[in-house]
Amino acid sequence: MNELNFTVISLFLIIVAATLVITYFAAKRTNTASEFYTAGGGLTGWQNGLAIAGDYLSAASFLGIAGAIALTGFEGFYYSVGYLVGYLVVLFIVAEPMRNIGKYTIADMLTARFDLKKVRGIAALSTITIVTFYMIAQLVGAGALIQLLFGIPYWVAVIIVGVMMTTYVMFGGMTATSWVQIIKAVLLMAGMFIISLIVLFHVNFNIVELFTQARDASPHGASYLNPGVDSDLPLDTISLMLALVLGTAGLPHILLRFFTVKDAKTARASVITATWIVGIFYLLTIFLGMGAVIFVGHETIVANNPAGNMAAPLLAQVLGGDLLFSFIAAVTFATILAVVAGLVLSGASAFAHDLYGQILKKGQATEKQQVVAARVASLSVAAMSITLALFAQNLNVAFLVALAFCVAASANLPPIIFTIYWKRFNTTGAITGILSGLISALVLVMLSPNVLDPDGNAIIVGDPLFPLANPAIISVPLGFLGAYLGTIFSSRKLDTEKYREIKVKANTGFKEEIDS
Amino acid sequence: MSNSKATIDYEKVVSDSKFKALMNAKKRFIVPMTIFFFLFYFSLPVLASYTTILHNEAFGVITWAWVLAVAQFVMTWTLCIMYTRKAAQYDRMADEVLEEHVQIDRREVS
Repeated sequence: MNELNFTVISLFLIIVAATLVITYFAAKRTNTASEFYTAGGGLTGWQNGLAIAGDYLSAASFLGIAGAIALTGFEGFYYSVGYLVGYLVVLFIVAEPMRNIGKYTIADMLTARFDLKKVRGIAALSTITIVTFYMIAQLVGAGALIQLLFGIPYWVAVIIVGVMMTTYVMFGGMTATSWVQIIKAVLLMAGMFIISLIVLFHVNFNIVELFTQARDASPHGASYLNPGVDSDLPLDTISLMLALVLGTAGLPHILLRFFTVKDAKTARASVITATWIVGIFYLLTIFLGMGAVIFVGHETIVANNPAGNMAAPLLAQVLGGDLLFSFIAAVTFATILAVVAGLVLSGASAFAHDLYGQILKKGQATEKQQVVAARVASLSVAAMSITLALFAQNLNVAFLVALAFCVAASANLPPIIFTIYWKRFNTTGAITGILSGLISALVLVMLSPNVLDPDGNAIIVGDPLFPLANPAIISVPLGFLGAYLGTIFSSRKLDTEKYREIKVKANTGFKEEIDS
Repeated sequence: MSNSKATIDYEKVVSDSKFKALMNAKKRFIVPMTIFFFLFYFSLPVLASYTTILHNEAFGVITWAWVLAVAQFVMTWTLCIMYTRKAAQYDRMADEVLEEHVQIDRREVS
């Protein structure tokens, strides 16, 4: 299956051509900073909901979870649950106030209350950290996957993805990125439905039959259908679930999407659309994973990739031959492009809008300067992550994604929540909160089994100093504690007036500027 | 192109009983629902990691672990639907507050 066949190449080229056409038309409509970062705020709830799903459902979700369910059964399904329930945190707590008081970035939202360069700088630092980890994970995964699917060398694969994503973002900004994400979401869901239907057809649409056959096919036997096949520490599972449910609401590339709609009402509608799509997607991962273990077989999946990443494409091959395989390969490619483009855009917004536009230029940059800066920043973010990805080929990508979620939950979420809901919260608290969440997550991961492994399966040989693979259960409380202690021990006066303004704006959507 | 500027007295708004009613309505729904969904969500990893009760079969070979996991999806969608209904009411309340307090200062800008 490593041979390049005609169908794969044609579908691949159709996707590339379609996205370039979109970029061409989007580029014509991308002349201001607002158009670059938020597509002018003109997306509808449906469009943005699809784009959020397209931004969120990465190849790691599609291939990783299907593989994990195929190989470990219930253990793999934990991810599906966590990634979905995280949307309730987004819907109830973050989306609407974020839309009402932010502009382009998380830092905008914090500085709407605390107008201080230090807060903006540190918030941008945390965004850049998350985006970098997430992007390296996506690029390394993409490189390995395209290498497997198309049989081309890793470095060529990384550069192809890199050049494509840079083109979309640099020329087409958020408009091109959104449409790439929308098309990808539709294609991915179509692929999921087709495979699921064929799997269900083979078991006569009997779910119990599906579970029975999967259990019989897996070498784990009865424990395939039970939790605990793959876990050593119960606390690790709980810590992972905490990072998944809270991380979504702190991911910069997801939060950026709320600024592409006109008001909080539309932001809400888009989260709800996204929740339906993302939920159906994750529910279907059961059929893909179990289908793979039944029709492809445990040994074949492991032989192709020990982590199980090839389970879904292999299943497509077995069930639908070359045509379905090619379609799934092309969808996977589109998936990678859409997620990576969203990440480049949010990384660029932190560099160009926060660091250059607001801190260096003190908000005085002209519209033209801002757009040029945004394009230069996109190019730099892309170049930097391509370079890092070329050297990170052998890194375990699952740990990078987990780390990104953990930093998002520990460093971004506490200051976002306190800014909206806590009257006493102040600048010192915002700074100590972000830093304590960020540093504790990073340090604990450095000391964890992801980095230190006595058998040499990780980056450094040695005993882990911190037992949990996912530090969220420690670092999230530390983020909140840092924000709390920084606030109560600071000598800053309570600024009731500013909090009133934030409270009114966040809850009513009041704006000073009215464009008509 | 006309560019208008809106002004509002934040102090008056926060002490307005209509605004207070909006804040209370939101709090009455969001706080208990958030506590509920966190408890329900963490019941899955906690019961799965510290007990074996989810290993029992519910339907055929399908264990309670899967039932509770799929119930998380149902819970998420149900809360989304409930929130959509509530939020329509919050929107009306917020519009009423804005109607009463916002003053628009119209200026023609070329």
